[in-house]
Amino acid sequence: MIPPSAAHGVPGADDDAIFADIAASLDRDFDSVRQSIRQLDALAGGAFADRTADERQAIVQQFRDRYPALAAVLVAVVVRCYYRDDRVMRSLRMELRPPFPLGFEVENGDWSLLDPVRARGKIYRDA
Amino acid sequence: MEPAVDVLIVGAGASGAVVAWSLAETRMRILCLEQGDWVKQAEFPSNGRDWEARQFGDFSISPNRRGNAADYPIHEEASPIKVANFNGVGGGTILYAAHFPRLHPSDFRVRTLDGVADDWPIDYRTLEPYFAQNDRQMGIAALAGDPAYPPKDAVLPPLPLGRTGVVIGRAMNKLGWHWWPADAAIGTREFEGRAKCVNLGHCIAGCAQGAKATTDITYWPEAIRQRVELRTRCRVREITTNETGMASGVIYYDAEGIERFQPAEIVVVACNGVGTPRLLLNSASSRFPRGLANSSGLVGRNLMFHPYASIRGYFDERTDGYRGPHICAWSQEFYETDRSRGFVRGYTYQIVRGQGPVLTAMTGMASGRIPWGEGHHDAYRRLFDRSAGMVSVCEDLPEAHNTVTLDPALKDAHGIPVPRISYTLSENSRRMLDHSMARGTEILEAAGARDIVAEGPLAHAGWHLLGTARMGADPERSVVNPWGRCHDVKNLFIVDGSLFVTAGGVNPTATIQALALYVADSIKQRLANLFD
Ligand SMILES: Cc1cc2nc3c(=O)[nH]c(=O)nc-3n(C[C@H](O)[C@H](O)[C@H](O)COP(=O)(O)OP(=O)(O)OC[C@H]3O[C@@H](n4cnc5c(N)ncnc54)[C@H](O)[C@@H]3O)c2cc1C
Ligand code: SF4
Repeated sequence: MIPPSAAHGVPGADDDAIFADIAASLDRDFDSVRQSIRQLDALAGGAFADRTADERQAIVQQFRDRYPALAAVLVAVVVRCYYRDDRVMRSLRMELRPPFPLGFEVENGDWSLLDPVRARGKIYRDA
Repeated sequence: MEPAVDVLIVGAGASGAVVAWSLAETRMRILCLEQGDWVKQAEFPSNGRDWEARQFGDFSISPNRRGNAADYPIHEEASPIKVANFNGVGGGTILYAAHFPRLHPSDFRVRTLDGVADDWPIDYRTLEPYFAQNDRQMGIAALAGDPAYPPKDAVLPPLPLGRTGVVIGRAMNKLGWHWWPADAAIGTREFEGRAKCVNLGHCIAGCAQGAKATTDITYWPEAIRQRVELRTRCRVREITTNETGMASGVIYYDAEGIERFQPAEIVVVACNGVGTPRLLLNSASSRFPRGLANSSGLVGRNLMFHPYASIRGYFDERTDGYRGPHICAWSQEFYETDRSRGFVRGYTYQIVRGQGPVLTAMTGMASGRIPWGEGHHDAYRRLFDRSAGMVSVCEDLPEAHNTVTLDPALKDAHGIPVPRISYTLSENSRRMLDHSMARGTEILEAAGARDIVAEGPLAHAGWHLLGTARMGADPERSVVNPWGRCHDVKNLFIVDGSLFVTAGGVNPTATIQALALYVADSIKQRLANLFD
């Protein structure tokens, strides 16, 4: 789903640390992931993992077409962990910290942009 | 049996907190029973690196997904829009985005002005002082002078426009359409001992900074200081009545799961547009066989949600991304009825900032803009930190067939029947959604966005729960009277979103709380002859 990229300096989602994080964080999606693996094996007519890379890609495409809801769960469980890995965060130029307590800066913006809205006047109905 | 209280409030959310605070000055003995618990700021997701993931776990907006001890399941297969709520002290405000618009004067006169639905038994002017009082209590950030509203004061300075507000604002000006910084229940400076917003950007999973005005940190501390008692982890099963047909108290399960009876002189229900009809229907008895206060048959009927559409685009330059309160401005260009659009009533655009890294991946992969495998990273980087857009909040008209009933089979952890939602999107709402997606796309095009995605109705956006015990003068056509007292039971009051006669095209909490203040004031003014 997410391959490694030398150009961006990031691991793939099958990286050991990321994969361990995914497996440990399935939480409320455990049953759906188990069901997905069963469906992938069924489409592969045996163990999905034993098929060649090309075959696996074709099976995954079938799986996504046939079971979009399960595919969405797989995406969710993978990206929830992939996009918090330090190496990935660094490559996105994000700081390695939670939002709290430092928070972030947001520009105030140009309040004079509202002048034309003011000039147009009242738009609500009296009642 | 517990000693009797004067006032028993069920539910400690947006409206329950307001009533507790307002009635506290009467020195009556007031008790609130809440099925959830206090939530500590240190427990909110923004404290950790898993901040986005927990939005799909213990801080999911869906009670069915969350499944925490405080939650009750909701059977919602027969609805394309799923319920979002939070059960705990603060109720839905714990997770709300804190967008804080009021209903407009025309919203109270829908039948008179547009020939549909019903007029409210009260008007904007009745609620105006309560809106203002609530703005002061909650600490509302706003910019005075919005031409979409009658004049109103701003309590705190407005939220920053940010790059999102500027880029969308410029596009609106190009089109000649209304927009304005959103009123927000967010502390843009320190206020009444509450912290200033530091732009964590994760308001809908709880504010770790304590800058968002949630009722656990606004109304509740003051109410408790004035000796209101708030008992948490207490789930009310039913309201009991006596031989005179008055409410006599409630049966509830305490934190240890023990069944208890709490007698009361006055019962106030504040469980929201789903929890309130559930409780009234679960309180059916030989005296009230159709459910309590339900001689009209309208308890649980006319459920309104506000169907939402999302219109999002991506820009070549960086936007605010995940930083800052998600909301920043609104547009009410298409709020008032214009029949040439093909529908009656209208909608608000909530202009919203971007998404965090996880949500960027999820939405990008769902829309097919970020592929699986080869090309993933380049496509992702074209979207990450570059999005902005809007959601439309569409007015849903009341329809008797949209209902909250009791599920015949499914029960919660205490064995209490759970609500079943049955809802279909009306043709009027469908057209409004389509209109909002088409105009929203024009706005984003005018702003220079690319890769625009519009979708609606959003499935997991049933966060406004309205209309299921509506107010009115006629007992055959409404559940409560014009000041919140049930027509059928003279010491039973309702104060939450169930009261709404029509939904308006705005987020409802400012109006829910103004209504709760108004009902509490009506009680105070009539104390000598409240049950006449
Ligand atoms: C993700 C999200 C975003 C939102 N964003 C906005 C926004 O930006 N602006 C806006 O205006 N609104 C927003 N809302 C909606 C807002 O939260 C609600 O309108 C508001 O909280 C409703 O107030 P209420 O008093 O009717 O009910 P609630 O606040 O839901 O309170 C009801 C309380 O009653 C308790 N309760 C229910 N049944 C029982 C029982 N049997 N026994 C004991 N206790 C019980 C519940 O646990 C709950 O705490 C949002 C909601 C969500 C979930
Ligand atoms: S953006 Fe502000 S209000 Fe929202 S969670 Fe962050 S600090 Fe709280």
